[in-house]
Amino acid sequence: MSTMKTESGDVSCHEGGTTTTPHDHHAHKAHHHSSENNPGPQELIIEGAGCASCVGKIESALKAVPGVENAEMNFAQRTVSVTGNVDAADLVKAVEKSGYNAKIAAAESEDDALAEKEQADWAYYKRLMREMTIALSLGVPLMIYSVVVGEMTVSTTGERIAWLAVGLLTLGVMVFSGKHFFVGAWQSFKNHSANMDTLIALGTGTAWVYSMVVVFVPYAVPEMARHVYFEATAMIIGLIDLGLALELKARGRTSEAIKRLIGLQAKTARVIRDEKELDVAIEQVLMDDVVRVRPGEKIPVDGEVIEGHTAIDESMLTGEPMPVEKTVGDTVAAGTINKTGSILFKATRVGKDTALAQIINMVKRAQNSKPPIGRLADVISAYFVPVVMIIAVTSALVWLNFGPDPAVAFAIVSATTVLIIACPCALGLATPMSVMVGVGKAAEAGVLIRNGEALQTASKISAMILDKTGTITLGAPKVTDILVAGEQHEDTILKLAATLESGSEHPLALAIVESAQEKGIETGKVSNFNAIAGHGVQAEVDGKTLLFGNEKLMRERNIELGDFVEKAQGLAAEAKTPMYFAVDNQLSAIIAVADPIKEDSIAAIKRLQHNGIRVVMLTGDNRATAKAVAEKAGIKEFFAEVLPEEKSKKVQELQMEGEVVGMTGDGINDAPALAIANVGFAIGTGTDVAIESADITLMRGSLHGLADAIAVSKATLRNIKQNLFGAFIYNVAGVPFAAGVLYPFFGLLLSPVIAGAAMAFSSLTVVTNANRLRFFKAQEH
Amino acid sequence: MLLINIAGIILIALIVWWFWLYKPIEAELGENDLVITVENGTYSPSRIKVPAGEPVELKFIRKDESPCSETLLIPELQISDTLPLNKLKSIQIPALKSGEYAFHCQMQMYRGQLTVN
Ligand SMILES: [Cu+2]
Repeated sequence: MSTMKTESGDVSCHEGGTTTTPHDHHAHKAHHHSSENNPGPQELIIEGAGCASCVGKIESALKAVPGVENAEMNFAQRTVSVTGNVDAADLVKAVEKSGYNAKIAAAESEDDALAEKEQADWAYYKRLMREMTIALSLGVPLMIYSVVVGEMTVSTTGERIAWLAVGLLTLGVMVFSGKHFFVGAWQSFKNHSANMDTLIALGTGTAWVYSMVVVFVPYAVPEMARHVYFEATAMIIGLIDLGLALELKARGRTSEAIKRLIGLQAKTARVIRDEKELDVAIEQVLMDDVVRVRPGEKIPVDGEVIEGHTAIDESMLTGEPMPVEKTVGDTVAAGTINKTGSILFKATRVGKDTALAQIINMVKRAQNSKPPIGRLADVISAYFVPVVMIIAVTSALVWLNFGPDPAVAFAIVSATTVLIIACPCALGLATPMSVMVGVGKAAEAGVLIRNGEALQTASKISAMILDKTGTITLGAPKVTDILVAGEQHEDTILKLAATLESGSEHPLALAIVESAQEKGIETGKVSNFNAIAGHGVQAEVDGKTLLFGNEKLMRERNIELGDFVEKAQGLAAEAKTPMYFAVDNQLSAIIAVADPIKEDSIAAIKRLQHNGIRVVMLTGDNRATAKAVAEKAGIKEFFAEVLPEEKSKKVQELQMEGEVVGMTGDGINDAPALAIANVGFAIGTGTDVAIESADITLMRGSLHGLADAIAVSKATLRNIKQNLFGAFIYNVAGVPFAAGVLYPFFGLLLSPVIAGAAMAFSSLTVVTNANRLRFFKAQEH
Repeated sequence: MLLINIAGIILIALIVWWFWLYKPIEAELGENDLVITVENGTYSPSRIKVPAGEPVELKFIRKDESPCSETLLIPELQISDTLPLNKLKSIQIPALKSGEYAFHCQMQMYRGQLTVN
């Protein structure tokens, strides 16, 4: 008996879990409406304006707002265009007062914003490349000269004039190619802050000023130190511009995943308003609009089918390769593709509220959040620049005091080199670039990671708790066996049973009704329906008295069970729920119902175990069912008969054992356990995003998403560590070399040009390494 | 030589004072529109006084082409958003408790602070 009770409790909770509030509060808070500064016409979208007479009412309400010059409504598109210098929020309020809802029309679509950004990036790239060319076309010949001729000293008047000319050319390069460093350095200096520009400007500036001093007043410096470093200035500026340009290019590739998601959005929708079909921009689709989609077209907004049936390819959102059949009453999601039929649907979520828009928003946010591993780098970069400036001064002082001749030259070179090599941009980029690619990569696999912290913790999971119903199993019971007593046909039994249960809402009853529907069996008429609590049901069909329930019910009615008791026990051992079916007090069949294991659960669980993760199953079901499912799924540890409120306790128990616990569930009743686990994984049901309580949401039902999520997080963490190591080598370990610690031993002092090259390519290395993650493939099974 | 050493030490002291000890004036986020300009490696103004306990709106305009300045992060508030080039962008700040909240770009080269009280 306990089987039915617990199973029903589990299943009904599961049903509650699949609902998502259409207006996710967090998502709203997180999104910031962009508003324009200019007082040009403002567009409002009006909701709830059902008749043409509303037009006058809305227009006059808007015209009454102080500052409004004119308000014109386009009734077909339900938009108003308002001119005048007035705050959009006041306009919305005015419309609301007159009894309608208004929204500020989005200034632009994600698509346009992306195109604009790419255009701006391209312009910046070209500018950097131009600046780099100019700087290097002076720097490279000077470098070659210094290597071939050797000496860049200033002794004769002729040399002074020649070097003066070179110095002025270098100044030109500094203005043309390096102006942004100097302006930036000055601006941040005024703000009492120091950044990368500060270091580059100081470094190249020092080299240039020193060289000019040598040119103008050579006698002020010792003869041996009358050396110019114009080539260093030009080369460093050129190399860093080159580094920035290449970094910009590589950065573009890190946002591929977001681009792909944005690309899923349709541009227009065909809505039916006032019995006319019109194509409108996707931003203009309103709640409750009726939208028509033909085969091969993209679903523009989320909605509910009201006419027609079709198959929809949702793989772009969920990773689920099979198209999903949709008919009246089913939901469709923006960004998915309509395959076969033409449908009409009612828009239920539009604009920023569609599942796709929420996914995009969530991925974007996660991409910009940092895992704890990046915090140290953050602290370092916050204090880094002034510290480096102090090190540079100290290093110069040490050279001046204790250095060999020409001490002045050594002091200048070491200070310049320290400033240039210590630029902390690679350190600053190390974490965000990898997170950006990793989170995007996960999204491509249908795995939504909430933030950087979840990403990092997921990489350390040592034990994974899986909720049974809906996670390992489908969560929807199905008829598995019909054992007939006597001569009757299976279908006859099923027809009677389905008829009997057609009035019941019990999940097991539903399984029987569905099974009959699948076979095309029509149900008849029921009378005298009577549910016997804890036992089963009784009713009359075609004049026969039907009894359907557990063994206890049969015994109470003195029905002969014979060897069917053993058969029933056999079925129970296979994790099936057997129910007895009697016609006119004669046992006529056992119908077994079970919640089947998802096709790929077994392979995915193996994958987890293969990666050294301890897999534990949790269920509210009885021990026998739990044991049978666990055995089939290859899980050694399981907890059965766990009440929903006890689930979080089990998580804590594992944590006490020292495990980093991941918890996977799909229902509201799992929420406390999801929250308490180190990482909570929610199984999203298709296109409904359960963003609420989970750290990671699996967009498709398959547990492979779980293994994928852990694999991506591990790969990302490894990548971050590589980046941090690389950046650390450049920025921190490079400083002592630049300051000249090697000199006393090997007579080596790093050239500022080499430091410039290292600096330029340090951030490039980091971005390129992060980009390697793009090729990461979580193996399937 | 002594003079040079003294000059060097003074320089170090100046660096410490200018970048760490000195507290620049804070701009107040009042009724009238305060727009934070992102340009040349800085936010200006970079230190902003915000009243405690009420949600406010910060307006940013980014004039800097550097890709790093595109992302605005307020880690303690879990806010991260992109600033489009040359376009006003409003960031909603929820009601905050008194304290200091840093905001910065992706690489932390651009830094600012909200002082809430
Ligand atoms: Cu740098």
